[in-house]
Amino acid sequence: MANSAVGVIFSNIHDENIPELSRHRTMASVPFGGRYRLIDFALSNMVNSGIDTVGIVTKYNYQSLIDHLGSGKDWDLARKDGGIILLPPYSDETDAPYTNRLEALKGITGFPNHRNEEYVIISDCDAIVHIDFSAVLRYHEEKKADITMIYHEETEKVDSSYFITLDPDQTGRVRSVKINPAHGGKENLYINVMVMSRKFLLNMIADAMMMGLTSFGRDILTKQVDTLKIYGYKFEGYYAGVNSLQKYYKHSMELLDQDVRKELFGARDIYTKVRDSAPSKYSENAVVKNSLISDGCLIDGTVENSILFRGVKVGKGSVIKNSIVMQDTVIGENVELNCVITDKNVVIRDRRHLSGCEELPYFIAKGRMI
Amino acid sequence: MVARKKECVAMLLAGGQGSRLYALTNNIAKPAVAFGAKYRIIDFPLSNCINSGIDTVGVLTQYEPLELNEYIGNGQPWDLDRAFGGVHILSPYQAKKKSSWFEGTANAIYQNMNFMQKYNPDYVVILSGDHIYKMDYSKMLRAHKETGADCTIAAIEVPMKEASRFGILNTNPDGSIYQFEEKPKEPKSNLASMGIYIFTAQKLFKYLKEDEENQNSSKDFGKDILPTMLNAGEKMFSYRFKGYWKDVGTISSLWESNMDLLGENPAFDVGDSDWKIHSRNPLAPPEYIGDKATVHNSMIALGCEIDGTVEHSVLAAGVIVEEGAVVKDSVIMSDTVIKKGARVVYSIIDENCTIEENALVGQEKKESAGIAVLGRGVKIMKGVSVPGGKILDKDYKGE
Repeated sequence: MANSAVGVIFSNIHDENIPELSRHRTMASVPFGGRYRLIDFALSNMVNSGIDTVGIVTKYNYQSLIDHLGSGKDWDLARKDGGIILLPPYSDETDAPYTNRLEALKGITGFPNHRNEEYVIISDCDAIVHIDFSAVLRYHEEKKADITMIYHEETEKVDSSYFITLDPDQTGRVRSVKINPAHGGKENLYINVMVMSRKFLLNMIADAMMMGLTSFGRDILTKQVDTLKIYGYKFEGYYAGVNSLQKYYKHSMELLDQDVRKELFGARDIYTKVRDSAPSKYSENAVVKNSLISDGCLIDGTVENSILFRGVKVGKGSVIKNSIVMQDTVIGENVELNCVITDKNVVIRDRRHLSGCEELPYFIAKGRMI
Repeated sequence: MVARKKECVAMLLAGGQGSRLYALTNNIAKPAVAFGAKYRIIDFPLSNCINSGIDTVGVLTQYEPLELNEYIGNGQPWDLDRAFGGVHILSPYQAKKKSSWFEGTANAIYQNMNFMQKYNPDYVVILSGDHIYKMDYSKMLRAHKETGADCTIAAIEVPMKEASRFGILNTNPDGSIYQFEEKPKEPKSNLASMGIYIFTAQKLFKYLKEDEENQNSSKDFGKDILPTMLNAGEKMFSYRFKGYWKDVGTISSLWESNMDLLGENPAFDVGDSDWKIHSRNPLAPPEYIGDKATVHNSMIALGCEIDGTVEHSVLAAGVIVEEGAVVKDSVIMSDTVIKKGARVVYSIIDENCTIEENALVGQEKKESAGIAVLGRGVKIMKGVSVPGGKILDKDYKGE
């Protein structure tokens, strides 16, 4: 059934939430979990649900994304019909690039227009989640919904100010939608993934343009909640919404929990770009505890409670704790890091001591030498 | 249509059973045997080809080809999925007049003459799928052109006392070969053939045809084609290779070669970014090293979960070492589970094995009779001991 749907992924939409990491890349290409980019989760969920056509909406800074995706073959999405279809912004002398989700959707109408699948799954890239879209599509059909929004019930008090929250009734019908509510509590957080029929999407875009609507959230979801059949699909599994550097750090560290790993990686594969790195090597001096280590690493020091991306080198006598070290970072000898996030290709010279804290991890930008 | 050609095509002999690997090649061809935590033996010649600019490779299979065929697939992991050229599996086939299995290395190539001729090559490289090495075949091809040879044989110096195990080349100071001895009892030199040949294509085709018609020939390169060419006065040169080269056709050499990857300055470095070894990559998250784990001097692939002790070992993707378990001086292939309190020393364990709690596999290298080997999917029951040197391809409850 899921092959009756196409995917649309917004690669840029939450960039401003993590300026540190999205300064030179899209939200979609933010590295996560040792060897992935955020988009790998959205894409893999789609592929694992049988979807083989995915349009990826870009706006700016998308070189790293194009490099990551290549032909799409690593997701089995290099296809004659469909596969990965990059949708860069469309503009001409009368039209500036889009500034909101509705304009972005208008700019890509050619994509849903030329497909014949029944449904469209529209996803952002900020959710770390393993979800079967076949079940969501079944729910959408059963409810005869116009829009099905996937949400996660937060059991603890959360700061929902970056989120959309839903209030579904017993039948699942959403009775109110709040955007960035100021007072967080136990909330049903929308995970920024929704389903609608392709026809509904096209009509909605045409209507919105005709009426001059600009905000998908404010003008459609909140204002038309009584007239549209909006349903909430409750997702019961592990969900991490990455919407700040602190959250990025917190959710990265949650991967050290075996149950989280099992849920995200155990049942199905998460696909990512293949780099042909050699397996990691641990030296005679290596001490590694409670850490995730990607391929291509050379470890000659101590690594605790940390995540090492591909190709990281840790020199003799260095102690890395509670840190996230991204691809090809080189750490010299006798370095100490605690609660540090290094972006790609950082060099930390011998004997440097750097420390942040969990609430405010110390961030080192891409390519910096310290 | 424009006639297209390839200057050089490679033919990779991958049909061997590898019977000296015992349980490890029960159901797979030797080139498909796992090596170095994420590779298979065939990744090395295939990566050497693409890194040397050779993009047309025929892989000749015969013994248990299923897994090898599946692994090579369309050749994409080696960038060998090409519209013209690329990697092709060549299996024995039925022909109108006669059909037969490949009878010897030369016959295997002869039977695939059509494949080579399709590319109208000037040169043909013959490779085998049972060595671990990194070699730039383009340099050897350049030497072949410079000397104007009809056949160039890659050669490496081996210890004199081992020379009688190899095909030995006796050469003049300019590198030309005056004698070729297959496994001589009293070798005159220690220059061993690596089983890597470059032929000028037309000469190769000529001698293959003649050899095929010779009733007394065993249809083997080393025993027939090369001596015949030499006797006929063809120009044959050796090409000296200096570097790591290991035949991994035995349990002990396979073990040693895996161990050669370890250490700060390893004898063989697979992490060399200038000469990448391409492979089909495991789909797995980064490996997890737990709170109670100790990992020293080892190579560990993606998807492993280590809560025990791992020392001087090579672990492939998805291996689980539970708390209190010990792995030492061993090669563990993918998805094997070593349960609590179990101990694996000086062993090679194939894929998907289970070592139940408190079981012992192998003996310390010093006191052991040899390397313990478990074939694919073998289960060692709780508390049972498998002595050193034992080779098992069935579940084991003890003697």
